[in-house]
Parts: sequence; structure tokens; C-alpha cells
Amino acid sequence: MTTAVRPQMAVCPGCVAAPNGAVDDAPTEARLALSLPTIHCQACISTVERGLNAQPGVRSARVNLTLKRALIEADPDMKAADLIPVLEGLGFEAHELDIAALSATETDKAGRELLMRLAVAGFAAMNVMLLSVSVWSGASDATRDLFHWISAAITFPAILFSAQPFFRNAWQALRVKRLNMDVPIVLALVLTLVTSLWETSLSGEHAYFDAALTLTFLLLAGRYLDHRTRAVARSAAEELAALEVPRALRLDDGGEPAEVAVGDLAVGDHILVRPGGRMPVDGQVVEGQSELDRSLLTGETLPVFAEAGSVVSAGEVNLTGPLVIKATAVGKESSLHQLADLVAIAESGRSRYTSLADRAAKLYAPGVHILSALAFLGWYLFTFDMRVALNIAAAVLIITCPCALGLAVPAVTTAASGRLFKRGMLIKDATALERLAEVDTVVFDKTGTLTNGTPQADDFSALSPQDQQLAYALARGSDHPLSVAICNAAEAANVAPAPVTELREIPGFGTEAMHDGTRVRLGRAAWVGAEAGSKTAAFLDRGDGAAQSITFSDSLRPGAAEAVSALLEAGKEVWLISGDTDGAVRDLAQRLGITNWVSSALPQDKSARIMGLSEAGQHVLMVGDGLNDTAALAAAHVSISPASALDAARVASDIVLLGQDLSPIAEACSVAQKATRRISENFRIATLYNVIAVPLAVAGLATPFVAALAMSTSSITVSLNALRLR
Amino acid sequence: MSVLSYLIPISLLLGGVGLVGFLYTVRSNQYDDPEGDARRILSDEWDDHPKP
Repeated sequence: MTTAVRPQMAVCPGCVAAPNGAVDDAPTEARLALSLPTIHCQACISTVERGLNAQPGVRSARVNLTLKRALIEADPDMKAADLIPVLEGLGFEAHELDIAALSATETDKAGRELLMRLAVAGFAAMNVMLLSVSVWSGASDATRDLFHWISAAITFPAILFSAQPFFRNAWQALRVKRLNMDVPIVLALVLTLVTSLWETSLSGEHAYFDAALTLTFLLLAGRYLDHRTRAVARSAAEELAALEVPRALRLDDGGEPAEVAVGDLAVGDHILVRPGGRMPVDGQVVEGQSELDRSLLTGETLPVFAEAGSVVSAGEVNLTGPLVIKATAVGKESSLHQLADLVAIAESGRSRYTSLADRAAKLYAPGVHILSALAFLGWYLFTFDMRVALNIAAAVLIITCPCALGLAVPAVTTAASGRLFKRGMLIKDATALERLAEVDTVVFDKTGTLTNGTPQADDFSALSPQDQQLAYALARGSDHPLSVAICNAAEAANVAPAPVTELREIPGFGTEAMHDGTRVRLGRAAWVGAEAGSKTAAFLDRGDGAAQSITFSDSLRPGAAEAVSALLEAGKEVWLISGDTDGAVRDLAQRLGITNWVSSALPQDKSARIMGLSEAGQHVLMVGDGLNDTAALAAAHVSISPASALDAARVASDIVLLGQDLSPIAEACSVAQKATRRISENFRIATLYNVIAVPLAVAGLATPFVAALAMSTSSITVSLNALRLR
Repeated sequence: MSVLSYLIPISLLLGGVGLVGFLYTVRSNQYDDPEGDARRILSDEWDDHPKP
């Protein structure tokens, strides 16, 4: 293994410019990882791999379709940012992943350990089953005893190794005087092994070695599926989180910037925030002029002007000019952390949810113990034969043992989350599907969720060709979102830029240049001498006095309209709650046909509104991306955030949308409902089987053959039922 | 029944070979991308000769 180079993030130009930490030894190659949410077939694999391998500097590239990810080994100076445009050129959406966070979950130790135990249990079960079948088909006397002894010799070490997770869990539960699903399992295993060994030593007819092993194998299979689903989600979620680097540029006494961790900043520090960078702390601007994007904090789409004296909050993005801020609140006091506290409060309410499996276990574990104890007692009083009574008790325990119950939930969740993962949804929480199935109200955030959060020029084509050319030329001088929107519109319309000279950006105001000897400007209303309207607009001053306005609106995220109409069709109540202004919210609500909308909502208002809905007995699904949504996301019954959301929002939500498309949300609701229906069907199948088999076992009619047959039939039925979801 | 004294060790041995084989595939990361492996078989790249 070579030292993994942390790929530098393009998220924060400040960090890219700064030297890249201490690297112990010079790496000979870089390992990069890209998330590819839209790949789905062999053709995609070939295209991506061929495209990446054709890039100079790439040594090898391999696509993992299961994780929708490409792993690239490249020359040490290769950056993921160089490869993303290549893939976008091929028609694939690509996001960079931090390899350091990736390697933490790449070697999935727990999963591998489970798989080993599963393999050993499977191997032993097959061998013992071979011997058992010979016994069932008539092997007798010494041969039978020999087979039983060989079975015992295989079974004991195999169970000791593979059933360890159950032993551990059961012990943990018993130590705190609780019962969980593992206690009856362990009791059944131990009792079966002891009685079978006893029977064997007395040359008895029935031994349950094969049943004990099959039970372990099937239960491990359930555990493994469960683990697998969660491991995939967890690793992908951690990768998403690794995209944001908590660093800041602190100015020392001489005014030189030095990179420090955000946690080391103190009140009074002067911090340089470059254009494109995020405010690390709350503070006051002491130097520079710029515009701030507050959309992640408040949901406002209009950038806010900032100059010396303006107050800024952590989480805002600096758009145009460099700013020096003086920290007024850091760490716990900053507004970012106060929002995090809101999240913690809201989350404590959600943990009250008990999953279907827990509810089943609560009924099941004591029931089985009582039943088995009664069988033992009854037979002992009836025959006064300890051997018979113990055998019956063991048969009852093994027959009722929850293979089907253990598979009922994980088989379904694996199938359902696999299906949703293919559609670009990541289920982070184990009970998220069950909660999603109960949803009857959906609350959307506006900026960044239903809309892209990036403006598009509405009336660019209405401008005269000269104005278009001039606006394009001026817009090229800035990275401001509105300028970018003008450039995009101009490029789409094949407009050539007008010849200008002395093009320069005045941070916080706009760009100006000389054109045919006159000064032309593109920027804020007040700066070019125009009246500001209610809509987001930039103004073009052609030097003749009359300023021409260009208005912007937020573009709709793909699939937003489909998602909303599908949810409305499914009879769900849809709300739009945004921190943006009245007009913008009303426009969007009308466009999407949403009748319930709230504008200018503060973070507290959002979560209060959701708690109000919950108290009225509604189950709320919150879809949001901003910091102002985090409290609401945590307060909701279940929550979804897009991959572009802030880290805090993703952590607070149960499901992450990996792609740009919103339409899978409606599908997720129906899949979740189907999944919950399958789970309860599975519980019913498992119960039905117990209802048939338990009387047989109590009556002493259950031979090892009957037990094996019943156990595998019910497990297979349950798994097949789960597969119907695919 | 003396044949059993050969057959049982042989069956255990063969089963053991299978188990060791499986453990080897687990350790060499062959189950990391089941979805992709299932699709890769459809690719006509490297049909004539193996990937160098």
C-alpha cells in the first residue's frame, strides 16, 4: 500500500492554495475515489473505465458498480477535480470522495468476520447434514453412533467459532438483566448441544446437531445481510461528510495568513475568507467588500452585500472579494453550534421509535422461554424422566427458534435499500424505511432542495444583441453566481462577447470595463444608478445613462415537479417552508401546485411547525439541505437531504439523495410501504409456522428431520417473499 | 461398512477444500462488487486474451 494522498478539495479555494499538511514520505502515486451516482450497467462501466484510463496520468481505474464508485490510481499530482470534467463530458455525474475517509470503511472488518463465521457454519452444516441424512434414511446401531460422534466433533468447534456474536450479545443483555432475541437463540443452541451429546453417549436415536448448525447458519445469514446494508450506507455517508475541510486562514500580527484548524480559532482573531470560502466563525467584517450567500443558513437566494462593519455568521459563503473578519463568537457560541444544539434536542424525541423487529422480539423472547419451560415441566411431571423432558424442551426451543424471524426484517430491508440505492438513495438509518412507510405529510425546503440554489437568467434572450454581447463580456470578469448565470445563458445562445478593455471586478458591486471609449458596468442596482425591483436582478449600464435590468430566478431541480405531483397524487399533504422572501416562495409554490406554503421562516419556526404537525398526529417527512433545515430535519419523523446539502444537514437526516434528481422521493415512499407490508407478512409466515410446529414439538413428535424441514422451509419462504420487492 | 473409513475423511477433506477456497476469495476482496462482476461478464473487452 502506498501512502494515500489526501486529494485537495476544490470546495474551498483557500485550502487549495495552502500547502497540503505534512506528508511523511513522498507518495509515488495518488489514489482517488469518485462517486458516480448515475452508472447502472456494463456499458457505463466500460465507458467510465475507458475514459479514465485514456487520461494521461491515470495508471488504473476500476469501477465498483455495487457502491457506484470509481477507484483510480494515478500520478501523485493528479487531482479528482481534473477527472470530474472528463466524466461529465462522457455524460456521468461525478462527485469527489475523500480517500482518507474511504479507507476507514473500505476494509470492513466486522463484515468480513461475519462472512467467515457464516462460511464455517455453512461448511459444518453441510457436512453434518450429510451424516444426518444417512441416519434419517436408516443407519442404525454402531454406524448411527459413529455418525453422531463425528457430527458432534464437527459441530462443537464450529458452533464455538461461528455463534460467538450471539453469545456476546446474549451475555451483554443478560448482564443488564434484559432479554433480547439472542438469549433464546443461545439457550436453544446450548440446550440442543448438551442434550444431543447426552443422547449420543447413550446411543440414543435423535441428535439435533444439524439443526443447531443450520440455525446458526441461517441466523448469521440474516445478520450478515443486515450488516451489509448498513455498512454500505455508512461508508457512503462518511464519504459525503469527508468533503468539507474544517480549516481557516488566520492572519498573524504581520498580516500573513496561516492555515489553522477551525477549533483553534479564538475570539478577536482576524480571519481571511477568500471568495468561495465559507465563514468559519461568527464575526464582523473589518476589511474588504463582497457579497455573501446566506442560502444555506436562511434559504434566501439573493446575495447580501457585506463591507467593513457588517456582521457575518458561520456557514455563510463569501462570493466575490476577499474579506477579513474579526471573530466575535467561536466554537460553541457560534450560530452554527447553536443550530446543532437544536438538532440534539429534536433528535432525543426521535429515539423513542421502536422498530418492528424490536417489538417482535419483546413478545417473542419471554414467550419461547415460558413455552419451553412448561414443556419441560409437563413432561417431567408426566414421565419423571429427565432425559425425555430435556429432549422435548430442546426440541421446542429449536423449533421455535427465530430463523424466520431473524431473516424477516434484514431480507426485506436489504432488498428495499438495494432497490432504492439503485435509484440513487442512501438509507442511513436502520428504521428509516419503517418510518418512511408511515409518512402522510411531506415538507420541502426551497433553496437547494426543490431548486438548485443557482440562479438562471430569465430574460436574457429579450435583450438586444448588443446588450447580450456586452453583458456576456462583463459577466466573464466575475465568478459571482449571477455572472455565471449570464455566461451560461450567453453560451447557450451562442453569443460572442463584445470587445472590452480594462475589465475589472469591484467586489460587492459588479464588474466594469471600457467599451468603445465609454465606461460600461454590470452590477447592483444602486451602483449603476437604477431602481432595485423585487426580483433578483443585475443591471447593465451601457454608458448612456439608462440601465437595462436582467432578472433571475432559481432553476428547478430535475425531478422536483414529478416528485411533488406524485406525492400529491399519493394523497400526501405537501408543504413548502422556506426562509426566502414571500414572492419567491409563492412563485415556486404556484409552479409546483403546492397549496401550503410558509415564507421567511427562521430555523426555529421550521422545526416548531414540524413539531406542531407531529403533535397533530401527522407523520412528517422533511426534505431539506441547509443549516436552517437541520433542526427541522431532526424533528421530523423521517428526513431526506440531497448530497449537496451541508454536512450537518446530512448527519441529521435518515436518507441521502445521491443524484441531482428528486423524483425517487415519491418512489421511496411507496417502496417503504411495500417493504413494511412484506416485513409484517414475514412475521405472519414465521408465526404460522410456529403455530403448526410447536404443538408437534410439545407433543414429543418433532424428530430432528421434522425440525430441519420446518426450519428451512420457513426461512426460504421468508427470503423469497422479501425478494418480491426487487 | 469399511468403505466409510475412506469416504468420511474424503468428504470432510473436500468440504474443507471448499471452505479454504471460500476464505481465500473473501480475503482477496472478491465480494466487494457483486453487482459489477455480474455485469462485467457481458463486456467483450479482453475476450481474446486476458487483461495484461
